[in-house]
Amino acid sequence: MKSRLQINNLHVEIDGKEIINGIDLVINPGETHALMGRNGSGKSTFSNTLMGHPAYKITKGEIVFNDVVINNLKPDARAKLGLFLAFQYPLSIPGVTVANFLRQANKALKQNEISLKDFRKQLYEVMDELEIDHGFATRYINDGFSGGEKKRMEILQMALLKPSLAVLDEPDSGLDIDSLKLVAENIIKYKEKNPEISILLITHYPRILEYIKPHRVHVLSEGKIIESGGAELAHELEKRGYEWVVEKKMEVTV
Amino acid sequence: MALELNQEYQYGFHDVENYAFKSGRGLTKEVVSNISKMKKEPQWMTDFRLRSLEIFLSKPMPKWGNTHLLNTIDFDNIYYYVKPTEKQGKTWDEVPTEIKNTFDRLGIPEAERKFLAGVSAQYESEVVYHSIREDLTKLGVIFLDMDSGLRECPDIVKKYFASIIPPEDNKFAALNSAVWSGGSFIYIPKNIKVEIPLQAYFRINTENMGQFERTLIIADEGSSVHYIEGCTAPTYSSDSLHSAVVELIALKGSKIRYTTIQNWSKNVYNLVTKRAVAHENAVVEWLDGNMGSKLTMKYPSIYLIGKHAHGEVVSVALSSGKDQHQDAGAKIIHAASDTTSVITSKSISRNGGRSSYRGLLKVHKGAENVKSKIRCDALMLDEISRSDTYPTMEIDEKGVQIEHEATVSKIEDEKLFYLNSRGISENQAKLMIVNGFMEPFVRELPMEYAVELNRLIELEMESTIG
Repeated sequence: MKSRLQINNLHVEIDGKEIINGIDLVINPGETHALMGRNGSGKSTFSNTLMGHPAYKITKGEIVFNDVVINNLKPDARAKLGLFLAFQYPLSIPGVTVANFLRQANKALKQNEISLKDFRKQLYEVMDELEIDHGFATRYINDGFSGGEKKRMEILQMALLKPSLAVLDEPDSGLDIDSLKLVAENIIKYKEKNPEISILLITHYPRILEYIKPHRVHVLSEGKIIESGGAELAHELEKRGYEWVVEKKMEVTV
Repeated sequence: MALELNQEYQYGFHDVENYAFKSGRGLTKEVVSNISKMKKEPQWMTDFRLRSLEIFLSKPMPKWGNTHLLNTIDFDNIYYYVKPTEKQGKTWDEVPTEIKNTFDRLGIPEAERKFLAGVSAQYESEVVYHSIREDLTKLGVIFLDMDSGLRECPDIVKKYFASIIPPEDNKFAALNSAVWSGGSFIYIPKNIKVEIPLQAYFRINTENMGQFERTLIIADEGSSVHYIEGCTAPTYSSDSLHSAVVELIALKGSKIRYTTIQNWSKNVYNLVTKRAVAHENAVVEWLDGNMGSKLTMKYPSIYLIGKHAHGEVVSVALSSGKDQHQDAGAKIIHAASDTTSVITSKSISRNGGRSSYRGLLKVHKGAENVKSKIRCDALMLDEISRSDTYPTMEIDEKGVQIEHEATVSKIEDEKLFYLNSRGISENQAKLMIVNGFMEPFVRELPMEYAVELNRLIELEMESTIG
């Protein structure tokens, strides 16, 4: 395997409007990358496109995941290859318990059925590791969950389904500082136990990167990666804001 | 994914007819008198039937609901009374082989062995098998078919029969009153709690059959009972009619739960009148699941006539096909103070099917401190299906606390995407959302029925999702 994820000259449109215009990105096994950008820079379009949201159309370029071109694969097929997206706004499904949902997901992904008892044991183990109350297992998915609970539930799903690449779409958005810390700790804990997993962390604020140290940081602006660097790029952004990168980029272009 | 259509309804098979008696088609005074004569009924019942026939004939067809479908019923083409066998079985071995095999295919004897306290199996017009656990009989619990009830407990039957649904109530209650046969008669003595469900199963076999069972349940003070009914019929090209009357009497401090899983084939008109009275501190719950039939019109009602009585109706309707209409709902009448009620209605329309919620909430003058909560949710699986809500409220008292909430939703693409992103296929995801939608109903069912209902929904859904 050359890389976990390789994106070549990706162009994406929605409703005929081009949002992503030429992204190149390589993520190797075990690497953590941060993709940063302001609102409207195309971050969510990018994450949804990776997962195969039907509303987003790839007009050019390709997404190679674990050596497979996944451009035309449905979301469930991508999940089966080991791709996972932690949603920025996880949806609630009334009447469907977290346990039932995860058991079906687990069954679909692992292609083997384990007994209800064994599955429950597995689920509780992961919940214990992430310090999530067992009571969530019998609650309906995200129904009445707080912002922080929803985000942590996404990490729980990741930890249970064990993807090889997790795209975390703004796991920090809308959280207070305590919730943010909890979510970040959950991610770190999982990553430490599973160093081979690759993570693409999409965020607006550099703060979460104080906890989760990325190997690479990319800045997205108007559907393009305009700057890439090491973890220090995030510090620079914290100090100087997005405007600085955008201006710097313009200077270069001029 | 498109599966074969015949997978949609798995109970569509039928048996060869080999009957003790089958009336001619159509409804006359002679047919009614004959039924009463063959059943060797007391004179008051014969008179009641004949009076009901008059009422049926004089009443016009309803001018509300799906009048188009209603008016396609051909009353002259129906067989009003079919007696499949001379003798009722107390063991399954006493039931004619073909009929026994049918109930075997429907899983009734197996369910009985596993988790029921009593079983009644009605085939066409008569109950062909009946049993109740001996320990319950010893406690004084009476569970009989309605005809036996009339013979063996004439006084109780005379006191309560048609006491809450008189033949004048509506055209189909009048029809049932004229030609009724079979159904259940249950009496639970004071303070006896029957923890395990009693079940009745109704099967239509003949084409153009009319099945008119009559059920009367009386829970004496402080007692409780859970009664479950299920029903299926063969698939024919022409229609059958099922028109039942069910009366529940919950005396002081008692509890009756009545669960229906209606799964008629799509050539059955299902026009049923169900009504309960709840006395002081009594609880009545209707759990009403409508999966099948061509047209169902059914609005289980509860009259809360004693202080602190509580009534609850939880219903689900699945309408799937352009000729199917589930017109279901609930009626709650608060006629006493401190009474409470909850109505939860869930409907799913797909494939051109139509679901309606029709409900009445009435609070009589003088009924103080009443609380009621009504929630109607409709889920539409495509653009060609239809869902309507017809809620009526008549509140004649002040200070009544009422919550009313109604939603119509589609399966949102975002929800599907969310489930898909976890490896769950689109079909499976849709089914999951539908099952989740039905959950408030399903979780109330005994486990075996919940599993069966989920399987039924899955079968129904498989045929057209794709």
